[in-house]
Amino acid sequence: MANIDQKNIRNFCIIAHIDHGKSTLADRIIEKTGLLTQREMQDQILDNMDIERERGITIKAQTVRIVYMAKDGQEYIFNLIDTPGHVDFNYEVSRALAACDGAILVVDAAQGIEAQTLANVYMALDHDLDVFPVINKIDLPSADPDRVVEEIEDVIGIEAQDAPRISAKTGLNIDEVLEAIVEKIPAPGGDADAPLQALIFDSLYDSYKGVIIFCRIKEGRVKKGTPIRMMATGAEADVVEVGYFGAGQFHPCEELSAGMVGYITASIKNVKDTQVGDTVTDRKNPCKEPLPGYKKVTSMVYCGLYPADGAKYPDLRDALEKLQLNDASLFYEPETSIALGFGFRCGFLGLLHLEIIQERLEREYNLDLVTTAPGVIYHVHKKNGEMITLTNPSNLPDPTEIEYMEEPIVRAEIMVTTEFLGAIMKLCQERRGVYLGMEYMEETRALLRYDLPLNEIIYDFFDALKSRSRGYASFDYELKGYERSELVKLDILVNREEVDALSFIVHAASAYERGRKMCEKLKEEIPRHLFEIPIQAAVGGKIIARETVKAVRKDVLAKCYGGDISRKRKLLEKQKEGKKRMRQIGNVEIPQKAFMSVLKLDDE
Amino acid sequence: MNGKKDLELYIHIPFCLQKCLYCDFLSFPAKRSMQAEYMDQLRCEIASQGPWYAKYQVSTIFIGGGTPSVLDGEQITLLMQAIKRSFVLAEDAEITIEANPGTQLAQKLPIYRQAGINRLSLGLQSAVKEELRFLGRIHSYDDFLMGFQQARLAGFTNINVDLMSGIPGQTRESFKQTLRRVIMLKPEHISAYSLIIEEGTPFGTHYGQAEAGEDDLRGWPAPVDEEEDRQIYHMTKVMLEEAGYQRYEISNYARPGCACAHNIGYWTGQDYLGFGIGAASYVGGCRFSNETDIHRYLLLDFSSGGLEHLHGGLHRQSRKEQMEEFMFLGLRMACGVSNVQFVHEFGVHMESIYGDVIEKLAAEGLLLQEGAAVRLSDWGMDISNYVMSQFLLD
Repeated sequence: MANIDQKNIRNFCIIAHIDHGKSTLADRIIEKTGLLTQREMQDQILDNMDIERERGITIKAQTVRIVYMAKDGQEYIFNLIDTPGHVDFNYEVSRALAACDGAILVVDAAQGIEAQTLANVYMALDHDLDVFPVINKIDLPSADPDRVVEEIEDVIGIEAQDAPRISAKTGLNIDEVLEAIVEKIPAPGGDADAPLQALIFDSLYDSYKGVIIFCRIKEGRVKKGTPIRMMATGAEADVVEVGYFGAGQFHPCEELSAGMVGYITASIKNVKDTQVGDTVTDRKNPCKEPLPGYKKVTSMVYCGLYPADGAKYPDLRDALEKLQLNDASLFYEPETSIALGFGFRCGFLGLLHLEIIQERLEREYNLDLVTTAPGVIYHVHKKNGEMITLTNPSNLPDPTEIEYMEEPIVRAEIMVTTEFLGAIMKLCQERRGVYLGMEYMEETRALLRYDLPLNEIIYDFFDALKSRSRGYASFDYELKGYERSELVKLDILVNREEVDALSFIVHAASAYERGRKMCEKLKEEIPRHLFEIPIQAAVGGKIIARETVKAVRKDVLAKCYGGDISRKRKLLEKQKEGKKRMRQIGNVEIPQKAFMSVLKLDDE
Repeated sequence: MNGKKDLELYIHIPFCLQKCLYCDFLSFPAKRSMQAEYMDQLRCEIASQGPWYAKYQVSTIFIGGGTPSVLDGEQITLLMQAIKRSFVLAEDAEITIEANPGTQLAQKLPIYRQAGINRLSLGLQSAVKEELRFLGRIHSYDDFLMGFQQARLAGFTNINVDLMSGIPGQTRESFKQTLRRVIMLKPEHISAYSLIIEEGTPFGTHYGQAEAGEDDLRGWPAPVDEEEDRQIYHMTKVMLEEAGYQRYEISNYARPGCACAHNIGYWTGQDYLGFGIGAASYVGGCRFSNETDIHRYLLLDFSSGGLEHLHGGLHRQSRKEQMEEFMFLGLRMACGVSNVQFVHEFGVHMESIYGDVIEKLAAEGLLLQEGAAVRLSDWGMDISNYVMSQFLLD
């Protein structure tokens, strides 16, 4: 496959709201180009993690190279870069977009444009991509492609009259999409003889090859033996192999040159050396400057992860180590909780990322986990002028040392049908949202803009949004910055002992409410003991809420009839078994699920 | 003693006139024809098993239910004859039948005596009209009074009265009245169980839903809260002790020398053999229990003398299980368990197995240690399930 003419390459991605059919379209494109037989298609090829397939969300960017014989009689190389589909992975999305020259916008013929669609389109336009729309799911009874075409033109302002109307599911009109890729997406530019400048948009750890860098060659060329350097991390290595992506396979090739998308291996041991967004150059003939847009990925949400069985601590450490090999955005460090023993404080891009990691640990590594309440990073400004970034509520300095605290704020866009406007605005208000404005997309739908504290949306905002709009609201956000806020640490005392794993930071105004709900919830979860157990919520040593778990007064068996001892034995065994799944705090036994249940406090 | 081992017999009569609302025992109303068929089959079962127990002599018999007194008196005569034909009875064997005061006892009691039954257990539960009605009992307090007198007339010198505390709507006062009315009659034995609302009973369904907040009580009296329940329980002990009764087991009181030998057998590892549906047995270190479905039971062929009527097979107790049961059953007795006995049974000191558990529970005020004996404190009796669960070994 040497000597491919740049003008016959098309580098593109597909952008869509969750469920609008992005992965299905990708499958159809791959299938149509004859790279795979239908039998080989494992349903959705690009989403190759179990969790991705189950949740229908793409988590890691996937890439595939396809050969297409167009109607003009020429052979084209398509590099389809599939992008992650969730707000948590926005940065990864932006780097994947930067590796493309154009994008296919998939819009559901029934649902129309959603908040995430808009966010993704704007991001694509920001990266100077040529975007063309495709109307999907036209086979649905509720499909209204004409309305959606109008909406695309009105809301986004891109030409949509001749958008292919397809059903990715049935394969209807996929040919039109392929031709449109040739026609509407520009060929890549770049000078193959210039110094090497390649954008890393993903990387993967392979136990044989080391880190596999996914990149787009912007300028120059790279081949086996090229001495490379990552410009931001400074890591250096010599290229062992270059190649391109088959479906789920790596095909080595001679060299990659300007305009091409492919992979590089160089016996690199750690994905941390190959950060997404970094620029790869030739250290003997370096380019003048790195490509724009590199950001160090930072965790937004933190929580403690503990093995349910303390003896599994080394297993958890090994599992996190392995996951991190492939996920540079996963952060972890050891921590110790009085209540939960040895565990790790972990940082995530967002709550979905957290859930995915948690699920993978449980599923792929067979670990039973106890998760503490997730929190964000607070800036604590101390009176001595020092500023600390707080990821674990337990480390909050004494209130007398604190001048003020700041919390992260996000700018959120919520798309909602007008009938639920009131309910959603109320929800945002309850979550300390600052209303910025509203635009009507069409008569029945509006886009709300709010500034919201991140710590108000990491728990259950998405669930609440969905339930209060009967599933019709969609939501997207980006970090805006830090703002000063009245924050306090809410402590929970069980039988007068502080349970560190249950502490969290909360806005002063909602401390009472949250404390009360925590106590109520814990009262339900903590079984009765031989003595009375007070459950208290406290702020700065002051008790603000209290519940009591009454002591057991009676625990006897009814008449033991006819000497049926086995029945009695079973009852006693059940009673004893229940005790094993408890955490001992002082002389109180707390079930592990109590630690999790406090995460969901929203009643509605 | 004639060198034979003691064996207790339990006979299950699963019939009643009407199921009480709290009852989760294996019992139900049935037609007379089915009752007769069942009794025939029961006699076959007894006859088939007798030969296996030639080395035993029967020390106690307990005819329980259900309500054995719903049967015709003659059925009991036939039953006793069948037992005597197949088993050797000790001369002083304690032979009990349970009876409901609402089942025309006048004619039946003399027949029971005739058949050799020497102990009567009368189910009263409460002497308060509203409470009896609420429980779904078929008799009144007056019926009970009559029954009790008739029993004395028939020559029963060993009578138990079953009482129930913790009935929804019951108060300390109302239970005091029940106790007074019973003490007045001077029965030899009083059982006073605290009501447990069991799943799968009308009480369980109703109160379960109310507790889950799905439904209010719809006019049913509120359940007695645990605090009140325990106060009633403690009051019971005080009143009965004043009246000359001793608590010899968590829920059982007796005049000196009148403790129920059959019951004590269960808690002290005595061999016992159960007949009839669902009946449990413990013989030679094995536990087993009978078929629980009456229709299947009626189809069994006992002529081979085999064990195909067992439900779930034979379970040989491991040493560990025997130790556990020695403890958690023995602790039901007011006198508790004795290290001397433990050493005798297992060849090791109780302390080497349970030292830590006993120490912890004693520190919690749940167990008392007196010489070689370990027994439940009053507080330990209140939450005996917790205490007993601690004696299960890992």
